[in-house]
Amino acid sequence: METNWTQVGVLADIPQKGSRVLNSKDGDVAVFRTSKDEVFALFDQCPHKKGPLSQGIVYDKRVACPLHNWVIDLGSGEATGPDEGCTRSFATKVEDGVVFIAL
Amino acid sequence: MKEKLVLIGNGMAGMRTLEELLKLAPDKYQISVFGDEPYGNYNRIMLSPVLAGEKTINDIMINDLQWYEDNDVTLYSGQRVSKIDRIKRRVMTDDGLVVEYDRLLLATGSKPFMLPLPGADLPGVISFRDIADVDTMIDTAKSHNKAVVIGGGLLGLEAANGLMIQGMDVTVVHISDTLMNMQLDKTASDMMLNELKGKGLKFLMQHESATIEGKDRVERLTFKDGSHVDADLLVMAVGVRPNATLAQSAGIHCKRGIVVDDTMQTFDPRVYAVGECVQHRGSTFGLVAPLFEQAKVCANHLAQMGIARYMGSVTSTKLKVTGIDLFSAGNFIGDDDSDDLVFKDAARFVYKKLVIKNDQLIGAVLYGDTVDSAWYFQLMRDGTDVSSIRENMLFGQHHLGDSGHGASNAVDGLPDEAEICGCNGVCKGDIVQAISKHNLFTLDEVKAHTKASASCGSCTGLVEQLLASTLGSDFNDTPSKKAICGCTGMTHNEVKTAITEQQLKTIAEVMQALEWQNPDGCHSCRPALNYYLLSTWPNEYVDDQQSRFINERVHANIQKDGTYSVIPRIWGGVTNPRELRAIADISDKYNVPTVKITGGQRIDLLGIKKDDLPKMWADLSEAGFVSGHAYGKSLRTVKTCVGSEWCRFGTQDSTGLGIKVEKMTWGSWTPHKFKIAVSGCPRNCAEATIKDFGIVCVDSGYELHVGGNGGIKVRATDFLCKVKTEEEAMHYCAAFMQLYREDGHYLERTAPWIERVGLKSVQAQIVDDEANRNQLAQRFYDSQKNAQNDPWAEEVAKQPQKYIPIKQVG
Ligand code: SRM
Ligand SMILES: Cc1cc2nc3c(=O)[nH]c(=O)nc-3n(C[C@H](O)[C@H](O)[C@H](O)COP(=O)(O)OP(=O)(O)OC[C@H]3O[C@@H](n4cnc5c(N)ncnc54)[C@H](O)[C@@H]3O)c2cc1C
Ligand code: SF4
Ligand code: FES
Repeated sequence: METNWTQVGVLADIPQKGSRVLNSKDGDVAVFRTSKDEVFALFDQCPHKKGPLSQGIVYDKRVACPLHNWVIDLGSGEATGPDEGCTRSFATKVEDGVVFIAL
Repeated sequence: MKEKLVLIGNGMAGMRTLEELLKLAPDKYQISVFGDEPYGNYNRIMLSPVLAGEKTINDIMINDLQWYEDNDVTLYSGQRVSKIDRIKRRVMTDDGLVVEYDRLLLATGSKPFMLPLPGADLPGVISFRDIADVDTMIDTAKSHNKAVVIGGGLLGLEAANGLMIQGMDVTVVHISDTLMNMQLDKTASDMMLNELKGKGLKFLMQHESATIEGKDRVERLTFKDGSHVDADLLVMAVGVRPNATLAQSAGIHCKRGIVVDDTMQTFDPRVYAVGECVQHRGSTFGLVAPLFEQAKVCANHLAQMGIARYMGSVTSTKLKVTGIDLFSAGNFIGDDDSDDLVFKDAARFVYKKLVIKNDQLIGAVLYGDTVDSAWYFQLMRDGTDVSSIRENMLFGQHHLGDSGHGASNAVDGLPDEAEICGCNGVCKGDIVQAISKHNLFTLDEVKAHTKASASCGSCTGLVEQLLASTLGSDFNDTPSKKAICGCTGMTHNEVKTAITEQQLKTIAEVMQALEWQNPDGCHSCRPALNYYLLSTWPNEYVDDQQSRFINERVHANIQKDGTYSVIPRIWGGVTNPRELRAIADISDKYNVPTVKITGGQRIDLLGIKKDDLPKMWADLSEAGFVSGHAYGKSLRTVKTCVGSEWCRFGTQDSTGLGIKVEKMTWGSWTPHKFKIAVSGCPRNCAEATIKDFGIVCVDSGYELHVGGNGGIKVRATDFLCKVKTEEEAMHYCAAFMQLYREDGHYLERTAPWIERVGLKSVQAQIVDDEANRNQLAQRFYDSQKNAQNDPWAEEVAKQPQKYIPIKQVG
């Protein structure tokens, strides 16, 4: 099946080591940009108690949830370390500085 | 091709080094491990609970065989290395197996010392060191009755206790009149002797063994004085010697143990050594906490990061005998220049002794009541000046309070279902179980696995006690040196010094110069570095937004549902109808669900959506409000009382002074939040004596108080000094805040900071030294020049896009 890419916006609008939110009808999606300009997208709810991951501190390919500091892997959406839980992740791509995600 | 690393000694120190190494450089080496014992690596200190029937061998495995497979480490278990050829760089086992190395790690542990008595080779005479010994003890207990343990030290007593629980009639033979004479003084020993006798153990003190007799196996032990005691089993627990024979035979420089430098390297640069087999700066080791520090350092060098140093450790001991509460650390005997503080209540079996020298705590023995052991130990490690707390310190830290726990919190006495962590609802039983099940050794590991003490931290002391009583000695990660986080081995102080000395001006520069292990750092170190750079280069450094917690990034407090709260500054808690009307109108406009008076004399608007923040701020700015920084590690509130303007007792204008102080200090970033209050008379209605900086007005001037807080651990302030005028009060306030900003660790509030450095040193720099006070205050004023821009107005003007979604779809 053909992937259905949704255009998000330009890469420059997302801060490095930061994130912006995409409102969708199924809920918010956090779109992250790492220090190396990789882009990841996760459902904007922490597997712990639904904290907005988009508001966390980003490092490597991880984000620390702003509510209780669970550390979530940006690629898989899984909690790292002894914590257990997983949030939905979405495929992303960047073309000519424009970010797309597969919703 | 990968380099080859060979580890000799499959025990606690060696394997911990490998685990640390694999974290740093997982693919650097092809690793082989030789172990004399036919198992994976197990937790040797848990042999005592195994003997006491509280645990099984399976419970105490740290690295089982599967672990070696999963990590691609070749284990030669049950194989003893008998030769090292340093020229050809290879090791050889008893069975003739040969393995080559590029680097060699020796971790051969120690050997129990066996008294060279006639008959010591009889069956039934054993030591207490490994699983085989424990198996022999448990087997013997099934068919025999009388056990004798030579040695009334830590190990001997744990052996005796275990054998007694296994049903044997046990006598402990000790050469001196003091049990555990390496850890206890005579008084504590006598108390313990009484309690252990009460449990059913027998003691022969001041008895010197002469011969062991028996036909096919041991039957009795006779003493120099001619008397004897019957024995079906004889356990020698008279100390250990570093096991350095193998190293010695290979020509590696050894004294009592294998001699290593601060990088854990032996005299052969390809050969490292860690654990009980080493001798470092003249010391040998017998507890695991320092060995784990060595492991960290050694791994760092094996990974060729080359920055860590092992500088020796202060250790503390606990006896793992259920029901006996004992703690000892440092030099507890003292010398001619030291003073003892002693407390003794024989009826309650409580004894405490603190040894103080040059205003520092250098040793402690606690018996019966060990609640404050972690605190005393911290004071020792930090070298805190204790002169100002000396008169009360024997009674413990409970003048600081401990919300929800109170003063009587000896964890050993608590039932399993007692709640230890109030934030996350974690019980004692959960923690103890996690410690044994996952083989946890450090506070951080317990935090990660159980969440206990991972939130507000008020139960940290209790969790540390549980670690200590479960494991038998202090395991607080790196006792002498606490690294900022896992990204570096450096402490807060070392990083701060490097920033100034090496003129490091950005986070990237710091991370590069100090060889950070993760290029991006993490959520612990980045906010700390951002703060240190900001406070060191106040008018130069460009704040890094992405290194701030969300609250500081969006200038509002995130709530559990992802909405925010907004608290405008209300100078000194004084407002007026116009301001109140503006707040009311704005609340209506944005449908604010909750409007609440805070504990800080201001008004909180709760439940604001992120998109609404900039709009609301614009309206607040328009009405003349600036941010209250209720979210920041910065000046929070200046609480005041009505003071002389209205109150019949008021001595000075506390309200007016509070407003002036708030106008001077707002907008300043601090290591942790900073709260001020001004009360108009000693009735102290503004609660100035539980603030970071408190002013209590009196008829003749202003009393200045510092280092207090309400909150998690209530701490009343220390009295700093008294001044005559408002101007002086403000000047001292600026100097004090600046000293704290320069000296405090990130996330260390003034209370723990003052307890770390001692009130005396703060007074010396602020009260006694006028020039220094002026310089500190001047630096504060200078850095305030660029700090007092309202962040709300700035955000509205510069970055409104930060608060809105990038796009809406569907
Ligand atoms: C709003 C307020 C409660 C209220 O409704 O009254 C409040 C709310 C919070 N406090 Fe507080 N504290 C508030 C006054 C206090 C006080 C009373 C005071 O300031 O006189 C204290 C005890 C005094 C003290 O700090 O010494 C207090 C001790 C704490 C502590 C424990 C601090 C400590 O050192 O032990 C924390 C936790 C922390 O900072 O790490 C905390 C943390 C918090 C946080 C920020 C928790 C968080 O991270 O989300 C809460 C934010 C809720 C929000 O979004 O508004 N709050 N908090 C008060 C705001 C005052 C203001 O106008 O700015
Ligand atoms: C019963 C008991 C209770 C204890 N309780 C505590 C406590 O409460 N708190 C505390 O801090 N410490 C305690 N200790 C001390 C602690 O266990 C030791 O400090 C720690 O185990 C030392 O670690 P290590 O790696 O240096 O040596 P070990 O753990 O002894 O490991 C060395 C290993 O090397 C192997 N080996 C030696 N030579 C060779 C060779 N040539 N070839 C192959 N293998 C070899 C040995 O068989 C051994 O397995 C206790 C010890 C015992 C025995
Ligand atoms: S406002 Fe303070 S006391 Fe109340 S729940 Fe939040 S942090 Fe705890
Ligand atoms: S909601 Fe994310 S850590 Fe709790």
